[in-house]
Amino acid sequence: MVEPANTVGIAVNPTPLLKDELDIVIPTIRNLDFLEMWRPFLQPYHLIIVQDGDPSKKIHVPEGYDYELYNRNDINRILGPKASCISFKDSACRCFGYMVSKKKYIFTIDDDCFVAKDPSGKAVNALEQHIKNLLCPSSPFFFNTLYDPYREGADFVRGYPFSLREGVSTAVSHGLWLNIPDYDAPTQLVKPKERNTRYVDAVMTIPKGTLFPMCGMNLAFDRDLIGPAMYFGLMGDGQPIGRYDDMWAGWCIKVICDHLGLGVKTGLPYIYHSKASNPFVNLKKEYKGIFWQEEIIPFFQNAKLSKEAVTVQQCYIELSKMVKEKLSSLDPYFDKLADAMVTWIEAWDELNPPTAAAANGKA
Amino acid sequence: MSEINKNEVDIVIGALNADLTQFLNSWKPFFSGFHLIVVKDPELKQELNIPQGFDVDVYSKTDIDKVVGSSNSTMFSGYSCRYFGYLISKKKYIVSIDDDCVPAKDPKGFLVDAVSQHVNNLENPATPLFFNTLYDPYCEGADFVRGYPFSLRSGVPCAASCGLWLNLADLDAPTQALKTEQRNTSYVDAVMTVPLKAMLPISGINIAFNRELVGPALVPALRLAGEGKVRWETLEDVWCGMCLKHISDHLGYGVKTGLPYVWRNERGDAVESLRKKWEGMKLMEKSVPFFESLKLPETALKVEDCVIELAKAVKEQLGSEDPAFTQAADAMVKWIQLWNSVNSSG
Repeated sequence: MVEPANTVGIAVNPTPLLKDELDIVIPTIRNLDFLEMWRPFLQPYHLIIVQDGDPSKKIHVPEGYDYELYNRNDINRILGPKASCISFKDSACRCFGYMVSKKKYIFTIDDDCFVAKDPSGKAVNALEQHIKNLLCPSSPFFFNTLYDPYREGADFVRGYPFSLREGVSTAVSHGLWLNIPDYDAPTQLVKPKERNTRYVDAVMTIPKGTLFPMCGMNLAFDRDLIGPAMYFGLMGDGQPIGRYDDMWAGWCIKVICDHLGLGVKTGLPYIYHSKASNPFVNLKKEYKGIFWQEEIIPFFQNAKLSKEAVTVQQCYIELSKMVKEKLSSLDPYFDKLADAMVTWIEAWDELNPPTAAAANGKA
Repeated sequence: MSEINKNEVDIVIGALNADLTQFLNSWKPFFSGFHLIVVKDPELKQELNIPQGFDVDVYSKTDIDKVVGSSNSTMFSGYSCRYFGYLISKKKYIVSIDDDCVPAKDPKGFLVDAVSQHVNNLENPATPLFFNTLYDPYCEGADFVRGYPFSLRSGVPCAASCGLWLNLADLDAPTQALKTEQRNTSYVDAVMTVPLKAMLPISGINIAFNRELVGPALVPALRLAGEGKVRWETLEDVWCGMCLKHISDHLGYGVKTGLPYVWRNERGDAVESLRKKWEGMKLMEKSVPFFESLKLPETALKVEDCVIELAKAVKEQLGSEDPAFTQAADAMVKWIQLWNSVNSSG
């Protein structure tokens, strides 16, 4: 049995890393009580809360947190007709928070994620680990058998080419979950009691050319490097699919990171996932996705971006064209999605006009 | 973990130390019931000291000469002596551990049964086509995560299991010389499949493989000019591993890495090893782009054919870079000849 950490008595970090360079994006429909236990680690940071569902509902934010909150009315007001690309009645709406942020880094976490304990019983400061992951290089071109070579006590192993030891910039840090694992509906139905109790003490770079299922529950990324590609798609109300928002973003960002020479890490930190969603509800949402992903995966595995695509936006627009061309025959949904991908980029550029110095893409 | 059929396994030990008493006795709880093949480094002069209580066959220079001919026995000198064991074994699985390693302890304080863990890894499918973020989906308490394509969940056969090391990790000489006090104390509780097309440095210190599936692909080929009797002065296993991974990728097999750990003891001096010209570094730099762009012909469907094609490509594309590559290519061809002759008459 695994338990969440008790964080009562842990002092707020007096010198939190990247305090003014990072926003925490949280989608919510209920309440944000979970932030009470995260205080020692998250209170110094600015929150962007994206309120899904009924905009008239008042979301209570625990005292002491500095935040901005957007409900559906705000999203419609700010984006106008482009608001159509932001999902409604699905946590995919969180990507609106990425778009309005003005910071370099984003940490996103679900409102049912508590603080985990490491094997020694110590509370895990997930944000601190994500920041470490993002500030340290990745090594996507050659797999290091001792995992993260930059970690204290580790290094590159014998045979690891010296020319590859500088690594590349890290765009994404994908964290994991103890207790309720991120299973799909069929697996949840077969194994309703399974809990993840295994604390794997490693961070690793996902090799170039390899796709993975990116979960949005416990995720951080460098907004400058990859932000425009973190679109969480069209899910929820009025859409034929749900629970594939983060998956879709994960496949897109991985193809683009591989193309631009950026790294994606997975592993630590763990959070404690407290709530298991209803598997029957999930099955209805995922059902089409389970069949569609069989076509979608080969699509992404074979997607080749052109040499001319050198910014994230350019890569993403190219990808949207390929989606329209190759996946529309699978279902008209993908035609809509491809259009939404373009709308997203247009909205992103509108809200984030490029300055003379700034440039998205390769660091 | 499920019950192992001990009759399917050979434990192959390359003896670079004459006195194997401490080594074998420390592994007794886990080697017991298994057949052992001990191959003595042909250049080791002293007699081997092997304790009682093991089902073991020992091979020394005279045996090697008899089987492969004295002109070929240099192929099996130093750390490469173990490959003779791979050659003559008749079993399905091989587990091979360096003679300076003893069982490690897991975080709960229990000794790790490296043999069982390796065989377990080999008996369960590998998943190289898509990364599972919860690592090994077939182990107790884990599964495939949301978003993992269902068509890929039956996996592919596992060709090799690459284990790790606590205490003295397998670092190269410059790294260890720089960080003389560094010891690996991190026990990462996971087994994972190394994805398709990803290259990795496979260490021969703690390894197991499915001999029936890929035996001929473990080639004793790349020999450094200054190759020595400590791992810091070799690259044979790293080259072997690059070949093995490439061939496994080509044939649709998987390579796993992670558990089990062994405890690796002190031997040699990293700074001393640094004094030798570190040619291994240069050879690795040349090898990487070669393997990255290499495409074996679709017609190469047998492991032996893959090795021959690989040797051809090495000779053509790397031969002019360094004589070590030409020698490696020749050794690979010779290895397949020996493999075919030894294993057809068996």
